[in-house]
Amino acid sequence: MHEIQLTINGQIERALVPAGMTLLELLRERLYLTGTKEGCGIGECGACTVLLDGAPVTSCLVLAAECDGANIRTIEGELVNGQLSDLQRAFIEAGAIQCGFCTPGMIMSARALLERNPDPSDEEIIEAIAGNLCRCTGYEAIVQAIRMAAERRSERGAAGSDRSPAPDGLATGGSDD
Amino acid sequence: MTDLRYVGHPVSRDDGIEKVSGVARYTHDLSVPGMLHAAVLTSPHASARILSIDKSAAEALPGVRVVLTGDCLCYRLGLYMQDKCILARDVVRYQGEAVVAVAADTLDIAREACRLVRVEYELLEPVLDPGDALKPDAPLVHPDLGDYDHMQGVFFPQAKTNIAHHQKIRKGDFDAAYAGSDVTLEASFTNPPVQHVPMETHATIAHVTAERRVEIWTSSQSPYTVRHLMSVAFDIPHANIRVHVPYVGGGFGGKAGLGLEPLAFVLSREAGRPVKVVATREEEFNTLPSRQGLHSTIQIGTTSDGKLTALKATYTWDAGAYADYGVNIGRAAAYSGGGPYSIDNCWIDSRVVYTNKIFGTAFRGFGHLEILWGIERAMDQMAHKLGMDPAAFRRMNLLKEGDVTITGEAFTAGHGSPVACLDAAAEAIDWDTPSAEPEAPHLVRGKGIAVLHKAPAMPTYTSCAAVIKLDEDGAADVLVSGVDYGQGTYTVLRQIAAEELKIPIEKSHVTWECDTAFSPYDWQTVASRFAYMGGNAVIEAAADCIRQLKSVAGQALDVSPDELRCEDGRVFVQGDPDRGFDYSELALGYSFPNGNSIGGPIIGHGRFIATGLTHLNPDTGQGLPAQYWTYGAHGVEIEIDTETGEIEILKIATAIDAGKVLNPKLAVGQVVGGVLQGLGSALWEGFRFDADGRFLNPSFVDYKIPTAKDVPRETEQILLEYPQPDGPYGARGIAEHPMISVPSAIGNALHDALGIEFNDLPLSYERILLAILESGERA
Repeated sequence: MHEIQLTINGQIERALVPAGMTLLELLRERLYLTGTKEGCGIGECGACTVLLDGAPVTSCLVLAAECDGANIRTIEGELVNGQLSDLQRAFIEAGAIQCGFCTPGMIMSARALLERNPDPSDEEIIEAIAGNLCRCTGYEAIVQAIRMAAERRSERGAAGSDRSPAPDGLATGGSDD
Repeated sequence: MTDLRYVGHPVSRDDGIEKVSGVARYTHDLSVPGMLHAAVLTSPHASARILSIDKSAAEALPGVRVVLTGDCLCYRLGLYMQDKCILARDVVRYQGEAVVAVAADTLDIAREACRLVRVEYELLEPVLDPGDALKPDAPLVHPDLGDYDHMQGVFFPQAKTNIAHHQKIRKGDFDAAYAGSDVTLEASFTNPPVQHVPMETHATIAHVTAERRVEIWTSSQSPYTVRHLMSVAFDIPHANIRVHVPYVGGGFGGKAGLGLEPLAFVLSREAGRPVKVVATREEEFNTLPSRQGLHSTIQIGTTSDGKLTALKATYTWDAGAYADYGVNIGRAAAYSGGGPYSIDNCWIDSRVVYTNKIFGTAFRGFGHLEILWGIERAMDQMAHKLGMDPAAFRRMNLLKEGDVTITGEAFTAGHGSPVACLDAAAEAIDWDTPSAEPEAPHLVRGKGIAVLHKAPAMPTYTSCAAVIKLDEDGAADVLVSGVDYGQGTYTVLRQIAAEELKIPIEKSHVTWECDTAFSPYDWQTVASRFAYMGGNAVIEAAADCIRQLKSVAGQALDVSPDELRCEDGRVFVQGDPDRGFDYSELALGYSFPNGNSIGGPIIGHGRFIATGLTHLNPDTGQGLPAQYWTYGAHGVEIEIDTETGEIEILKIATAIDAGKVLNPKLAVGQVVGGVLQGLGSALWEGFRFDADGRFLNPSFVDYKIPTAKDVPRETEQILLEYPQPDGPYGARGIAEHPMISVPSAIGNALHDALGIEFNDLPLSYERILLAILESGERA
């Protein structure tokens, strides 16, 4: 057993974890942060992507014991004060979601990209999500959503917040036309 | 219908907020107090007799609650053909089949217990090729096939053979017409088995409680079918089985019918506690069903000017070890088996054949991607033989008003327009203009085109219901039990409910999570039929609500309901909008100023049942199998690197006759996603087996599905609107269709570019490069 302390979505967590426990198991089974999904368990599908000290990792391949002192961000950390992030809103508006199982990991990969590269090209977006499998959407709307979020962020300038209230109609899924 | 407020508009997904924020709960995410976790031990052999199973060490492991083997589970289960045991009994029929199941306090303990079980096998000779399985001396995968229960009058298993079903189509006189044809062609084609790859693997929690009551949470497309089949299999009244379907992480057909529910049930019954069974990704590939493989042989005869006179197709389906669902794919493939063409003389044999491999089930397209791989490649080859333009050859022979299908159905204007789809796809890729010169000499380009069709494959009595409850504030809650596992159906039903009830869309809701205790009946969510059937049911339920609103308002205002109209959440006297009520004043009943009250909670009910469908004649296949047909076409331009065999998709344009586009954003999303899934089947995906029938690529390392890097350079989605007379607003289903014929269009483009015929899928770079090298040697 290893005693670890880490920060998850801004909250300090302490846990006693067995040596073989993965970060994914810690998140889902101990902390009930089930927004992070398991799609394969061998680091090939990206559904379990979270940010570890700002870098995207497949949490099924990271041992919890290695995360002592780490700063972890999960999909639950995208929502602040009950409001959707720009990325989350863009995913809805662009039609970048179908079954939704890959969506949390996809958004975390996109978040990592935008934090290191606020104005990515389509090629850079594709590279950033190439490890996140989606069987439903065909990816085009996902690339569009990430581009949309980046453009809106740059329109507001570097000082602007990446979170803003949902526009009328969106929160209730209203017509966008 | 230009005045529609919501239907036809790009409304965003109803479930978007839950899904982007990670709060949408899937079966994977659920736990029930006291829940045990299950693991299975699978067979390492394709065919073997189970001589003994020593489970003593597993049972002795602390934390293990139940170790089950097939010998104590005397059940045969299935939707169309009851041929499958919960765990292998006496014999194993494919490598990957579940043999032992353990329920334990933790998943780690359950897996460790599986490792401690010792199974002694006697190897049997497997039959791996469906052609071999048809030979008279072939080993029988199911020696007792003649005793199995199955849907009578529809499927015809042949005792003492490996044939689970043989569907025939006989129209006109094929032999005479073929002999009299000016030009003939015969060609054979193959498709390998392919996996659905839902991102959420199969998962079920079952809790069997006292007095044979069962509660199930499952990642399924089929809440009511699960309930019914469990009721039949375990002899439990329907009312004692409650099936919850929360958010589902993809299905594509793989979660239709029964999945892990029976296994979770027997483990829970034995343990007396809830049990959760979650498939590993390897089990999703290796233990749970896939798309069937197919061998096709197609003969076509035409006149010298290109009129189709005769078509014969022999479809041999590689069902694998079980054909519960496969038999219906064999049936659908027969009645669709000539493609969307007018053929006066047609002969089709579609045989569903058992082998010792992973078994097949429904997969988006339900056999049509597979048969149209052969048909649409053969049509191209015939056009070349005739010296005709492949698009012109198809245009001449596609079904048109006045034609009769191969099962005797009259083709009408209400069917939509295959020709318009072909023309739209051709135009989108500038079909008549040759490709531009590639940028380097080792690159070559080509264009291809292919058409498609499909109807819902379902029982003749398939039905569906919807309930709408009005809330205190006049909002509507729509209850259905079709499952939205990503298609967007609930968003569309929400649009329809708002439109019909005349309420703002913000006040229209579809209840997520199906629950057979509350949600009204639907057969199962398959066959691209739920927007059509559920949409019609919602329209009827809304009309029922409106009728009730007008009835109460009429009494309150002392006017005839006929004088009332509804708009913007109000019911009022025609021409006098101030004399009326907001729905909120009537939703629970109306109270007069003196306190007297009338009416009551407004709850509308609507339903829909398939109409006019018949069983097909067993000898000729004549009858009406299709509630409606959806037609489409793809046009594709590709570039091939002749040094590596790599294909780049420069553009793929897809035209589908949707009848009416209920939500363009969701419809386009379906097409984009379906086309890429079709591209997976075209270029990369397919199971590989060794000589002993062991599955060689059951993981994402060895089985590649398309990634973001594999998206075509350009895609175009063209949705045509030739209305379906009985569809909601004229709509027909379009969910499966985008992936059908994608491989065919690419195969045709490959021929255009290289002059080489490819008849086997997938069109892997390796296969293409070897063919290029071989043709170079020949030249």
